[in-house]
Amino acid sequence: MQENALNTVTPGLKNPAQDNQRIFRAILLTMSRPGTVTVLGNWAEPPTALYPATAAVCLTLADMDTPLWIGKNGPQDVQTYLRFHCGSPMVRKQEKASFAVILDGTDLPDLTLFNQGDLEYPDRSATVIIQVKTIEVGRGVKLTGPGIKNEMQIEVGGLHPDFWQDFRQNNQNFPLGLDVILATPTEIVSLPRTVQVEV
Amino acid sequence: MQQTISIIDSMCHGTKSRKFWMGTLARTNAKQLRQALANLDLAPEYDYLRSPEIGMTMVRGRAGGKGQQFNLGEMTVTRCSVKIQEGFVGHGYVAGRDKIHAELAAVFDALLQSPKHGPMIFESVIDPLSREQKEKRREQATKTAATKVNFFTMVRGED
Repeated sequence: MQENALNTVTPGLKNPAQDNQRIFRAILLTMSRPGTVTVLGNWAEPPTALYPATAAVCLTLADMDTPLWIGKNGPQDVQTYLRFHCGSPMVRKQEKASFAVILDGTDLPDLTLFNQGDLEYPDRSATVIIQVKTIEVGRGVKLTGPGIKNEMQIEVGGLHPDFWQDFRQNNQNFPLGLDVILATPTEIVSLPRTVQVEV
Repeated sequence: MQQTISIIDSMCHGTKSRKFWMGTLARTNAKQLRQALANLDLAPEYDYLRSPEIGMTMVRGRAGGKGQQFNLGEMTVTRCSVKIQEGFVGHGYVAGRDKIHAELAAVFDALLQSPKHGPMIFESVIDPLSREQKEKRREQATKTAATKVNFFTMVRGED
């Protein structure tokens, strides 16, 4: 029964005002210090396909003015959860989304189809949140660029190998391009478009 | 009697009846709802899906009910969503800033959806409340109608 879809919804943040501020602060930190892993913890209790960290980011950043894309195969309970708590419209076309949630990092859509912003307003590009299995610091791909002293290294488990090639291309398009947030169940790492990648 | 029950039964499963009871709940006040809940002796346990929050909503209207849509103005609304233990989700949207009212309205909305309690609550709470509201409205309308003034212009003699 369509009406009962809402009965699967689980609670969102307990103290929306304070929790949102803390999470926003954490996201801001990771965005200004790319490659730094920040533990977000279990703020929300989302449906299983959605990690608590991903849910926290969505609850904090997305609202009725930011269309969300979750892909064709996005489970119904995840869509209902995000629609109820964020109030965001769900879009089917990638280019219309302000935020995108990719539930499985090994199954990436064509990232170039997302809104890259335009030269007058490069900030209007999409932010893509990709769920991955693990993030380890100290080995793996080398990251350099603004906000990174010397260099950072991160190794990401459960992410399609082509991602880094795509992301290098993304950096070439500066000032246009996507910003990416990688999320494990409890941690996030941000990769803004300024990050240069060396595999 | 049989007929009444079947009417209520079918009403409890439609959007129309839900609209009706949500409206009735919104038009009562927190005090009445709290009393009604206490009288039910159910003491339902529930979790917040969305704790009570106060916001604004734009009220739109049409001139004469059929003209162009226009924004009449913003009003304060309080909303709340709860999930009762049976698994039903209830929403409360009420005018004003009374968080308890919104919460109680949400709890009642959830309970009314439950096949176990719904019809009983409809009969014992919603029905009397809506009758009372209807009566009040009628009274007000009568009072207002008594003060109605008809303006008319005398027909000017054309010939």
